[in-house]
Amino acid sequence: MLEEKFFIRLSALFTYSLIAVLAFIIIVIFYKGFAALNWDMVFKTPRGGYYYGGEGGVLNAITGSLYISIGATLIAVLIGMPAALYLNVQLIRYRRTQNTIRYFLDALWGIPSIVYGAFGFTLMLFFGMNASLLAGIITVALLISPIMVRTFDEVLCTIPKGMHEASLALGSTRTETAFRIMFKQGFPGFITAVLLSFGRGIGDAASVLFTAGYTDNIPVTLDEPAATLPLAIFFQLGSPIPEVRDRAFAASIILTIIILFISIGARLLSKRYSKTNLK
Amino acid sequence: MGKPYISTNSIEQLRILRATEPEAVLRVKNLNVKAGDHHILKNINLEIPKNRITVLLGPSGCGKTTLLKCLNKLTDLYRELKVSGNIYIDNDDILNTTASIPDIRQKMGLLSQRPYPLPISIYKNVAYGLKLKGVRDKKLIAFSVEKHLREVGLWEEVKNRLNSPASSLSIGQQQRLCLARGLAVKPSIILADEPTSALDPTSSKIIENLFRDIKKHYTIILVTHVLRQAIRLADHVIFMDDGEIIEEGSPVELFENASTDKLRAYLVDGN
Repeated sequence: MLEEKFFIRLSALFTYSLIAVLAFIIIVIFYKGFAALNWDMVFKTPRGGYYYGGEGGVLNAITGSLYISIGATLIAVLIGMPAALYLNVQLIRYRRTQNTIRYFLDALWGIPSIVYGAFGFTLMLFFGMNASLLAGIITVALLISPIMVRTFDEVLCTIPKGMHEASLALGSTRTETAFRIMFKQGFPGFITAVLLSFGRGIGDAASVLFTAGYTDNIPVTLDEPAATLPLAIFFQLGSPIPEVRDRAFAASIILTIIILFISIGARLLSKRYSKTNLK
Repeated sequence: MGKPYISTNSIEQLRILRATEPEAVLRVKNLNVKAGDHHILKNINLEIPKNRITVLLGPSGCGKTTLLKCLNKLTDLYRELKVSGNIYIDNDDILNTTASIPDIRQKMGLLSQRPYPLPISIYKNVAYGLKLKGVRDKKLIAFSVEKHLREVGLWEEVKNRLNSPASSLSIGQQQRLCLARGLAVKPSIILADEPTSALDPTSSKIIENLFRDIKKHYTIILVTHVLRQAIRLADHVIFMDDGEIIEEGSPVELFENASTDKLRAYLVDGN
């Protein structure tokens, strides 16, 4: 009984500690950055000398980050969704192949993003490309695709085999079962996969450092360089000017709010479209 | 042996039934299923009479579910299973045919232990198989949905909420929905794998009554562990043990005059 109480309290302590850490991070960011946050920062691009305390904002980095993460997430969905369904429906008879593929995807997930950045940079040089929005999108898509596939895959694994068999028994082909039934039943997991991938994509600095480059302008075409919020934060945090460092925290608030909005939106969407799912 | 399992009246009725033995709708010849060294089904030979309820009896792990999965080729999902032999439906050997697997599967409705409504509305669940068959006429689909929901006694309960998620139904209603969904694709055979094992007695009784009603139009193969259910429903009984058919015949023959020790022991334990 004493042992039971001890472990319950220990587990509760760890759980609430994690929430406290998250709250602490948000409090520190808001405390340090809120004073520097203003509409100019959100709606203006940097003017001359912005990184030395001059006028302007980080609209270039906000749009660049959104372009790269949305583009990369779309590519990752196009690759990841069929891949996860293929893994769970077409390869259902080949457990060893499934496990091998999962092993490789887990390894890809674990590769540091700077390695993806270096790989993307090598590809850029090979194809004679400059640092650009396209190179950033492709590199981030490579980075987040394994996350997309494995997260969605884990949810598909929890769908009872009986549902799969019920669909086939009605005369569905495997492809129809994958897209009409498994995808529908796994939709909340798919949303989680998109959310996780997007969050990783928008928050990563290392993969875009060499590939997307950095610019004070908003990119209009895919071959122009693009600024990103993580790099804007990185550059501003390194400044010796306290005012600029505060702007780094203000940019962090913007990044956090974007992720929060995407998260809430995704959860509402998931709730709305999973009403018919078998619990 | 204990007291008789079936009343004298029932025995007489079953004798009459036996006298008018129907043609076989499904024939299994030399069916073997292996998983590595494990011989799951051993040289199965049987005939399933048309428009009758055939009950597969036997202890857990004797191969009943595997036999059902062979009949609608769901064994294809298990690479470790090696299936050999012949299964004739409408004189077509489904194990060695060029016909499409979905077409073969649509000849057999499947009712599993736990109902698995598809993650769509009640209406779309019943319409799902029809759409797969290429039916596009909305009036025809609506007619068919109503007809089959009525057939399983669910129409009055759901007619005002056809667009509600199928998962919102009670488990007994879900099982009837799954039956309606299966019937909508007009199968000739219904494979029911312990369909009442997850249901309460009232829902079980509804399913049993449904089986009695629909056997005029369908051949039913029922796996059950409930001896009394087998006695109530069976027109033909197949007793299996360790991957083999031990005894086969009418309920009278098997339940009253079991000729093997295995079946006698099973009946005593089951009672």
